[in-house]
Amino acid sequence: MTTLLEVDGLTKRFGGVTAVNTCSFAVPEGSITALVGPNGSGKTTAFNLITGYARADEGVVRFAGETVRRPDPVRLSRSGLTRTFQQARIFADLTLVENMVAALQQPWRTAFSTAVRGHERARALELLEEFGLARLATERAGNLSYGQKKLLEFAAVLMGDPRLVLLDEPTAGVNPVLVEQIEERIRELNARGLTFLVVEHNMNLVMRLCDPVIVLAQGTKLAEGHPDEVRNDSRVLDAYLGG
Amino acid sequence: MTRTGLLRAAAFLAVGIAFPFVFSPAWLVNIGVLTLMYAALATSWNLFSGYTGYITLGQVAFFGLGAYTLAITFEHYGIGSGYNPFYVLPLVGAGVAFASMPVAWIALRTRAMTFAIVTLTLLFIVQQLAFNLHSVTHGSSGLMLPTPTTFGVSTYDDPFYFAMLGILCIALLLCWGVLRSKLGLMLLAVREDEEKARGLGIRVTGAKLIAWWLHVFVTAMVGAVWAYYLTFIYPESSVDPLVMIGAVLMTFLGGRGTLWGPVIGAVVLVPAQQYMLLHLGGSQLYLVGYSAVFVVVLLLLPRGILPSLRDGVTRTRERRRTRLEAAAS
Repeated sequence: MTTLLEVDGLTKRFGGVTAVNTCSFAVPEGSITALVGPNGSGKTTAFNLITGYARADEGVVRFAGETVRRPDPVRLSRSGLTRTFQQARIFADLTLVENMVAALQQPWRTAFSTAVRGHERARALELLEEFGLARLATERAGNLSYGQKKLLEFAAVLMGDPRLVLLDEPTAGVNPVLVEQIEERIRELNARGLTFLVVEHNMNLVMRLCDPVIVLAQGTKLAEGHPDEVRNDSRVLDAYLGG
Repeated sequence: MTRTGLLRAAAFLAVGIAFPFVFSPAWLVNIGVLTLMYAALATSWNLFSGYTGYITLGQVAFFGLGAYTLAITFEHYGIGSGYNPFYVLPLVGAGVAFASMPVAWIALRTRAMTFAIVTLTLLFIVQQLAFNLHSVTHGSSGLMLPTPTTFGVSTYDDPFYFAMLGILCIALLLCWGVLRSKLGLMLLAVREDEEKARGLGIRVTGAKLIAWWLHVFVTAMVGAVWAYYLTFIYPESSVDPLVMIGAVLMTFLGGRGTLWGPVIGAVVLVPAQQYMLLHLGGSQLYLVGYSAVFVVVLLLLPRGILPSLRDGVTRTRERRRTRLEAAAS
């Protein structure tokens, strides 16, 4: 299996706190890789560094075989690396369809064309249908429930046809039925070739969905491997699962 | 465009064109010119700040630059009086807009309050430049433009009125076009959550710069017509913070982010301001009256005239529907 994302010696300090400390790991292409660890272990900071939302003090990120020299969310997203946020972030004043179409990565020459063109609406509705949101398509996104906002955010990042999606706690604050729906979506999309890197606290979900599992503690990689290996790793049990 | 939208635009255009013929006294047309001027300024401010959420307080710097560009061109290149200056307006607008881009690129690296303050300093920088670049601007002595002699005494204001009306129409068309385009979607995404927009691959900097260019383009043309109208400009009058505050308040009054809101704001406020200036000008009490209009509107319609009215209509409809449903069951 080839490596799609490689993180090498990544370090980020905030004053006296080293949030990510010479962290190295790899995400194989076509995998659903989990990034787990106790609160404050540097998962979200690592996400921010990988997606260009924060600049690393040291270390290198390689995506699709190329070193990311000047990490910038716009450029990374357009090259196929996209993410969702811990707290669902959507454009509240836009409709669901507009939220979806806004996420299509357009060339400049279309800037003055109609906001939502026929085939774009069709594509948006198709994806909304898959996520069970099609009946709310013309609704203002701000009116959705929190779980629905999570689904919309997930669906929207897919509009840009990414190669790698970083999901930051996709099931946090979501009811069990929606958790199942999100899990099913991830599996389906993965089967179609999409790679995922998932930060998640729901360990049951991680253990049945992800492989490999990478465990972070104090900003550095503690363990990595098949869910069963990680589950039985004594260092992980000490640091994270509490024995 | 929807049918209602088309009707609204046609009605606006009909009233706009008929006004100087129906209300021909010069002082009334003069109020018309000022109203249209503020409406165009407020609309173009809305095009940038209303859609992106970046509050600029430096718009009037480009109004002044437009005014000075036309006046200096007159002085040095003698493009003649009469209608000629109107023909070069798009060039003045585009020139000032392009010249503003490097500053915009730097200013747009800041956000929220910082951006507002940075743009506010632009206003004072341009004013200071107008004072100090004496050889070009004549400093505080001001610049004189030739008075057009071909316009006729009784209809002198009309060409300026129609020039302002034309610019306002351009501004409205730009707003309408942007709102229904992908650029509009990008700008609204910036207003809602810029960081998220970047993560989706939306080219936020480019989108903001285009909106900036368009708003400066309109603003500089308004400034140029204004300079020609007055035939005399000086730093305090052409880069006047009160004009800036006026345009922003009119937008808030009418409804930020809406197409017609800024026009409604200008139509309500400018005549009120001029009326009070006429009747209470000597005692400066007009400023009290002017602020009273704001207080009343903000108390009764806090989100601006248009959004508040729309909310009211929606509420009434919902109530009626609920009543009907209750009666049916």
